[in-house]
Amino acid sequence: MLAATDLDVAQNVAFGIIAVIMVVSAINVVRSRNVVHAALSLVALMAGAAAQYLLLAAEFVAVTQVLVYIGAVMILFLFGVMLTRARVGRETDLNNKNWAIGIPVALLMLGAMVYVLLQGFGDDRLQPTSQVSTAELSDSIFKPFLLPFWALSFVLLAAVIGAIVLARKD
Amino acid sequence: MLLNEFLLLGAVLFCIGVYGVIARKNAVMVLMSIEVILNSVNINLLAFSQLHNNLDGNVFALYIIAVAAAEVGVGLAMVLLIYRNRKSISLDELSEMKG
Repeated sequence: MLAATDLDVAQNVAFGIIAVIMVVSAINVVRSRNVVHAALSLVALMAGAAAQYLLLAAEFVAVTQVLVYIGAVMILFLFGVMLTRARVGRETDLNNKNWAIGIPVALLMLGAMVYVLLQGFGDDRLQPTSQVSTAELSDSIFKPFLLPFWALSFVLLAAVIGAIVLARKD
Repeated sequence: MLLNEFLLLGAVLFCIGVYGVIARKNAVMVLMSIEVILNSVNINLLAFSQLHNNLDGNVFALYIIAVAAAEVGVGLAMVLLIYRNRKSISLDELSEMKG
């Protein structure tokens, strides 16, 4: 059903390669016994996600993903790893005692979602020519979504102040 | 391209992230799994945005990226505070609220 017959071959090949990289690094994030290796796999996952956004013609979101996730969030994670556990190496107690419960839960959810998606969106095609321009995107943010934008800036302000208050040492 | 390619990729990543949230004990690793989940949701939003040729999905994806950055900042500050008080960030030792 998903075989690409009359579709753009180059896009599908690129999608497949990036998707495999993303899934492998996601599994490495949740399975790795080394916290720093998990963080670096998360970098690979986020870079792959940025590439998928480019395939979806959302270049501004892709650039934002690289700047915010790979640039800022990963640094935060590495600081968190460094400050909470000085040891940088293999650790044995990263998983719960009953971690195996997660496998049937995830597989069940995956089965349900795959079934529903194949039933619901079996052959829907993405238009290959629709191009998102950054100017239109900024018009959309600053006209109809202006109030959520303000709310978001207050959320960020509150988060920054809260993080400072929580992590301060006195 | 088919819409389902992106949706199925998002579903697989979502389930991997949910497995990570359930299985991990280290609080930093749970936050990383939550990031995996948020990325999969963003892929879905952008795919539907492209399908309907509508920019609202892109705006939502940008908002999710910003909220995720705020969440990681506050979450890691809380993890740091817990580590400073208890010398451990193992989530199953935080059981004071258990009756």
